[in-house]
Amino acid sequence: MIELPPFFIFFVGAGLVAATRGPLRTIFLLAVPIFSALSLNGIPEGSHFTVALFDYELQLLRVDKLSLLFGYLFHLAALIAVIYSLHVRDTVQHVSGLLYAGSALGAVFAGDLITLFLAWEALALSSVFLILARRTPSAQAAAMRYLAVQVISGLILLAGVLVRLNDLGSPAFTFIGLDSAGGFLIFTAFGIKCAFPLLHNWLTDAYPEATPTGAIFLSAFTTKVAVYALARGFPGTEVLVYIGAAMTIFPIFYAFIENDLRRVLAYSMINQLGFMVVGIGLGTAMAINGAVGHAFNDVVFKGLLFMSMGAVLSQTGKINASDLGGLYKSMPITTVFCIVGALSISAVPFFSGFVSKSMVMVAALDEGYPIVWLALLFSSASVFHYVGIKIPFFAFFAHDSGIRATDPSFNMLFAMGMAALICIFNGAWPWLLYSMLPFPMTYEPYTTTHVLAQSQLLLFSALAFVWLRLSGFQPPELKGVNIDADWIFRKPLNWIATTTLRVGSRWNGVAQNAVASYLGYLGRLVFRYSGPQGVFARTLESGSAALWVAIILAASLLLYYL
Amino acid sequence: MSEQSPEPISKGTDGSSSEPPRFFDSPRNVKRTLVLLYFFCALVFGLDFVVDRHVEGPWEGLFGFYALFGFAVCVTVVLVARELRKVLMRSETYYGGEGDD
Repeated sequence: MIELPPFFIFFVGAGLVAATRGPLRTIFLLAVPIFSALSLNGIPEGSHFTVALFDYELQLLRVDKLSLLFGYLFHLAALIAVIYSLHVRDTVQHVSGLLYAGSALGAVFAGDLITLFLAWEALALSSVFLILARRTPSAQAAAMRYLAVQVISGLILLAGVLVRLNDLGSPAFTFIGLDSAGGFLIFTAFGIKCAFPLLHNWLTDAYPEATPTGAIFLSAFTTKVAVYALARGFPGTEVLVYIGAAMTIFPIFYAFIENDLRRVLAYSMINQLGFMVVGIGLGTAMAINGAVGHAFNDVVFKGLLFMSMGAVLSQTGKINASDLGGLYKSMPITTVFCIVGALSISAVPFFSGFVSKSMVMVAALDEGYPIVWLALLFSSASVFHYVGIKIPFFAFFAHDSGIRATDPSFNMLFAMGMAALICIFNGAWPWLLYSMLPFPMTYEPYTTTHVLAQSQLLLFSALAFVWLRLSGFQPPELKGVNIDADWIFRKPLNWIATTTLRVGSRWNGVAQNAVASYLGYLGRLVFRYSGPQGVFARTLESGSAALWVAIILAASLLLYYL
Repeated sequence: MSEQSPEPISKGTDGSSSEPPRFFDSPRNVKRTLVLLYFFCALVFGLDFVVDRHVEGPWEGLFGFYALFGFAVCVTVVLVARELRKVLMRSETYYGGEGDD
């Protein structure tokens, strides 16, 4: 097999997909992730494709256990997302999907920060089309807000990289840490893409506005690239433990009152990222393994949930919990797949979340963070309530909304089936996943204690759901917008900006009038002296020119003499 | 675009006019499902008497800790979220247009 960097294969593939139509395009779409994964399989660990840029050495392909795990994960995610979107007749989405996946692969295999920066910006630029392709005004507005935040993240990263280059003279992407200004800037850039609290809003704003198929790509790549980058650059940075714990708690309340089911999934995505961020902050072998393993499982089960909700959206045209219900009657296969995803994210024994989430929790206790452990436990109990039960219940059960649809096309069902199988396989037989994790470890997820404790937690969480619903405490699903951190940009700052513009344009008018009248005066002045009757416009006779020359000569002679 | 929001294929008011009743249309089946849930809750709660859980975390060793914690967390979240909604929720046109900017 020829050795090629995965991003190169994806970018060339995107070009071929753009140039072809029909069955040939389908073949290219499927071939790109498969061919690239096979090619990656033949590349040994180490640095490849080293390029010199000015004085710096760029490594386009660094293969080690950490990058390889994310590399295979992204190939898998790209394949599932491509299959899910095969029925779509939209060149923009197909091409940008492949470019986006390729950029993510470029980022995880980047051995230096300059390559990482380029991939970082490519991620932003390629993914925005998956939101724009929805072609609604609200999606376009959200896409522009998304792009602005992503590009700002890239600029902060660039600033950090430049400061670091100045400090160290090397662009190598190894442990960075927070002990320098450059490190802090890079941390902030990673934090924006990882949806740290208060920097998270682009995710819950834009992902639910993407196309049903675009959301599958989006849910897989950007945030997981950030998790990878944090695991590479900031393992064991203690502040991440607290940031991660906050990320597991605050989205719960938002997810709970949110009506748009894809937005519920976006909030739950931040919650799951929180587990990974805690693991990276703890920094032990077990914790990093847990974080990375959970990233793997999360991409698959969150993808599955987004696919099932994408199926609901594309088959019924609706996605709000208040509009849906009773779909199990007409979309039975989608219902089953959605439930598998819901059980996996809830970490039910024998489903994938169970074998990875607990590693982070065990590590939190081992490292002496009992309060953080309690926060994670709090989150584990409520995630079952607000995603594990809420998503399938309101879409497929609850009251019958009267909507009758059909299960989606075969390719969409196939992609969901693939993801569901992986969820069950990784849950029931986690050893393959464990063997791919970056550090060797001995962890046994299926102990009596773990299975019993988790079953108690989840079953009583379900019991609480039933009790609250039967007793009428459960608030109804309502249409509306819940204000979040983006409020500050979209209301007060927006008001300041528009007011400044308005006041500015009024003063601008005054200023323009002043300038215009001054220019008019100037014009009249020039006209008076240079116009047809002006002093500079008179035609002089050659005799007077000779007179002037004589005067000048006389003056110069006089000066010389003196 | 082929995937954009087709209209639902049919839309009745109760959805049960012309089709056979499904599993959860029968209140008895709903009740059976709930009884099954109560049974499993009682079972795992009861197992705390028998199984000696390996304990590491704070309060983890308390009898029925996970069950009570799971129940309490969900009730707390719902009660807090009810109040939070009063503060956070705005109309769909809050940001202008149909949720647009």
